Amino acid sequence: MEAKEGGLTNRDYPSETISGAVEMSNPQTFQIQEISAHPGPVPGLGTQRAEEVCKYIDVTTCIGCKACEVACVEWNDHPFRETTFDDTYQTMPSTEWNYWNLIKFAEDERDGNLMWLMRKDQCMHCADPGCLRACPADGAIIKYENGIVDFQQDNCIGCGYCISGCPFDIPKFNEKTKKVYKCTLCSDRVGQGLEPACIKACPTGCLHFGTKSDMVQIAGLRAKQLREQSGFADAGIYDPASIGGTHVIYVLHDIKHTERYGLPANPVIPPTYTYWKWLAKPTGLLMAGLGLLAVFFHRVSVGPKLPQPEDLAPVESYPGTVEAKRKEQP
Amino acid sequence: MSTSVERFDERARRGADRVGSTVVHRGELLRHPVYTRVLHWLVAISFVLSLLSGFAIYSPWLFRFLTPLFGGGPMTRFLHPWFGIFFDLFFFFQFLNWLTPMLWARSDTRWLKRIRQYTTNQDKVESADVGFFNGGQKLYFWAIVLSGLLFLITGLLMWFDNLTPRWLVAVSYIVHDLAGLLMLAGFIVHIYEGTAAMPGTFQAMTNGTVKRKWAWTHHPAWYRDVTGRDPFADLERERRRQAERESAIEDWERERDAREHT
Repeated sequence: MEAKEGGLTNRDYPSETISGAVEMSNPQTFQIQEISAHPGPVPGLGTQRAEEVCKYIDVTTCIGCKACEVACVEWNDHPFRETTFDDTYQTMPSTEWNYWNLIKFAEDERDGNLMWLMRKDQCMHCADPGCLRACPADGAIIKYENGIVDFQQDNCIGCGYCISGCPFDIPKFNEKTKKVYKCTLCSDRVGQGLEPACIKACPTGCLHFGTKSDMVQIAGLRAKQLREQSGFADAGIYDPASIGGTHVIYVLHDIKHTERYGLPANPVIPPTYTYWKWLAKPTGLLMAGLGLLAVFFHRVSVGPKLPQPEDLAPVESYPGTVEAKRKEQP
Repeated sequence: MSTSVERFDERARRGADRVGSTVVHRGELLRHPVYTRVLHWLVAISFVLSLLSGFAIYSPWLFRFLTPLFGGGPMTRFLHPWFGIFFDLFFFFQFLNWLTPMLWARSDTRWLKRIRQYTTNQDKVESADVGFFNGGQKLYFWAIVLSGLLFLITGLLMWFDNLTPRWLVAVSYIVHDLAGLLMLAGFIVHIYEGTAAMPGTFQAMTNGTVKRKWAWTHHPAWYRDVTGRDPFADLERERRRQAERESAIEDWERERDAREHT
């Protein structure tokens, strides 16, 4: 694998995801490129299957058992942390730096009846990640080909810009280590061909894991089933296009009211992290560089302003001097 | 300006002059007392540190060059707000110290209208109404006041981002950068004007003095105020003396040559 943009080398990434063994076992490397004495094009050349991974969460079959929360804490070796009781079934108000997976409980009304909405909240692994756009530290946030957005705490400088860049309020700051943490989509497990820990723990099968295209297809079937057979006319998939889609998608009873689940309808990255960073910032630097050149060439071409009278009086007859120019003018 | 501020500044100036001192040689004028010079360099040091650590975080291209200066990314991030706090603190005292001479006057507007002639060196001597600070210097001063305030407000919002709404952090980020770019532009011009563009200027912030020639060339009204003399009459007198000196030397050399040949 070649060195990535930003000077990262393979050694900066978790070794299990890009080790030589994985590279060699990649079926793409065994795609035939040339065939001797073969008339016509090589069969299958140039085709490839985009192996983007995806979590699909069927909110309608979640029972709020929190097995996924426990599995997440356990797999990631997070210590037990105190829960917050605030008259809900929620473990705590929001995800934390060492609590990446949280079932959010919301009460809603439908046809005069109580409806209990349970949504598994975690990093959405956006195709256009706001955290990554906002980050000023070289190599602190990376996005893999498979769509996983991963924080590299070794490179994190703890400025917290990613927190303000995230439309889902996911990255969390650890006061002690001064670094930011979030769900890794179990990149360590996925790299070994395993599903994320939360998926493995789910008892109802409301959590699914696979390629993005497969998950979108299954989710589409489920949404259709909800619309046609269960009376949820507005059921649909949450895969917001405003951030290029996500690698965690939901099937919701009511796609028109995503805010009832605590999901923004059109999540956006602040434009300051896109246009400003990649357009205006380099322009500013360029102007500063030109400014430095300008003063340098001002000195070379116009010259210094000397205290008058100058120690040696300037010669008027020399062509091109200020004195000569002044003499020429009437 | 309130009298208590004046009294504070006066005491600070006298205190600084007791510790340090300024030697004014023949043909020189006192430009900046010890207090002003020390403040200037405290502001300068904290500004350069803030600038370098800030530009490390400003641009992904500068990140790898500038963060090692401060011991890596996390240390740069940790130090930058503190450099900034010290910059604002020292500049606050300079603000009090310089508020009176920096107040905008009509002559400064006239100076700005002549900026083309100024930068192309068509005016070899400044016009008679240019006082202790010219319009450009005052503009830079007020730009620092504005940026210093913006740095402080937006900096605190980003520093304590857990208390700040997300959109406000995103806006602060831009405003902080713009203030930084404004400061950088002013800084480049400031250093150039203080060194290569105007020989004789730098010693005003080191020795605290300037040559009289320098004073009537660049700040005629100030020269008139402190010496009570006409700057342009003195300039003409010096020009004449210089010409006389040269011709006297030439006469003496001619005489000597004639003596040696006989």
